[in-house]
Amino acid sequence: MINIITHYGHQLLIGLGWTVLSSVLALFFSLIIGSLFAIMEVLPNKYARVLGRAYVEIFRNIPLLVITMFFYLVIPLYFVKINGFTAGTIGLTLYTSAFIAETVRSGIQSVDPGQMEGARSVGMTYWQSMRQIILPQAFKIVIPPLGNQFINLVKNSSVLAFVAGFDLMYQANSIASATFDTINSYFAVGIMYLIVTLPLSYYMRYLEKKVA
Amino acid sequence: MQNWIQAYSWMNIRFLLMGLGVTVYISVISVILSFIFGSILGIIRYSKIKYVSAIFGFIIDLIRNLPLLLIIFFTYFGLPNFGFKPETIPAAIMAMTIFESTMIAEIVRSGLNAVDIGQTEGARSVGMTFLQSLRYIILPQAYKKMIPALISQFVSLIKDTSLATIIVVPELMQHAQVIYGQNANYILPMFAALAVLYFIVCFSLSLLGNHIDKKLA
Repeated sequence: MINIITHYGHQLLIGLGWTVLSSVLALFFSLIIGSLFAIMEVLPNKYARVLGRAYVEIFRNIPLLVITMFFYLVIPLYFVKINGFTAGTIGLTLYTSAFIAETVRSGIQSVDPGQMEGARSVGMTYWQSMRQIILPQAFKIVIPPLGNQFINLVKNSSVLAFVAGFDLMYQANSIASATFDTINSYFAVGIMYLIVTLPLSYYMRYLEKKVA
Repeated sequence: MQNWIQAYSWMNIRFLLMGLGVTVYISVISVILSFIFGSILGIIRYSKIKYVSAIFGFIIDLIRNLPLLLIIFFTYFGLPNFGFKPETIPAAIMAMTIFESTMIAEIVRSGLNAVDIGQTEGARSVGMTFLQSLRYIILPQAYKKMIPALISQFVSLIKDTSLATIIVVPELMQHAQVIYGQNANYILPMFAALAVLYFIVCFSLSLLGNHIDKKLA
């Protein structure tokens, strides 16, 4: 395994770079999209609620691989040509946004309704109280689960290997087929994943204990 | 429109449903196995046996934080180096079970921790042994709390079986790929079919979970 790391360290780091880049981009966009749909789900408007719910249920119940392959194969067929990395990141974003919407929604709903009533009664509009009173409290509650979503995101980004996204998993296969040393290639890549995910997961567990 | 009718010919639909059968088969066996192993691991971690719990805990954390895809590759391409060569379906079941057991162990552990410590103390003080109190007092309460988390874990298990297509397990995703591999016009209809079939299976499991949860609560 030391051999693999010394000889292919460069390639492993490139893979790690693409994995982290894709995960961070997907996290950023899925936070925005997820929060929007979470807010839709708690709006007084019935149609907005149904739409928000439908989005979450659809993307939560279809495998990430199907969503990603859809963007990789179907979109170029009818619209524009996109590369594997972009298709993978779009797939990751849509898939994760459904989970984030679910997390943020439960965060919003766990804020005491009295907070909203109080904000409204001092003359704030619905959106003002949402933005300045409810959301800041909700996000504080959902930080540990969001961190866990990010860990899942890093692990899920391995689907990029299906669409030639140059990520860690893709590099693992390329190293394994170059060296015929499958076991050690996978071990080396496993360590690269753990470098990112393991500290994060311990930190999130610490945060969970602190919040509780 | 012609493409859609051809794509959904009975032969193709039957082929997809055969794939769905394999997906369900892998999922059911992996759910049962990982529920058993996950519960054992979770209980070991919860019971704070000196060294043992810590070592198991660390191994669980290692596996939990790896991508499932890596574990699938490992069981199929890595294990033959140790002189054990599983077929594709058993390899997929093995990988799913290893990975999901650790996820479920974590759910079980936090479910057990969520039960009030007074329950254990009460059970112990009326003379139950640790295992008795676990079996009759703590576990029943903990499992009731775990139902939503367990169900969503099982839903993601079903979705994750699609990853096994990379080792050519003849499951739903793989069969769809075979069909649209013959004709590019079938790509869109096949993805529509995949989305609908996976959605039906996963969503009905979620609904069942909600129903059980409401009934017990």
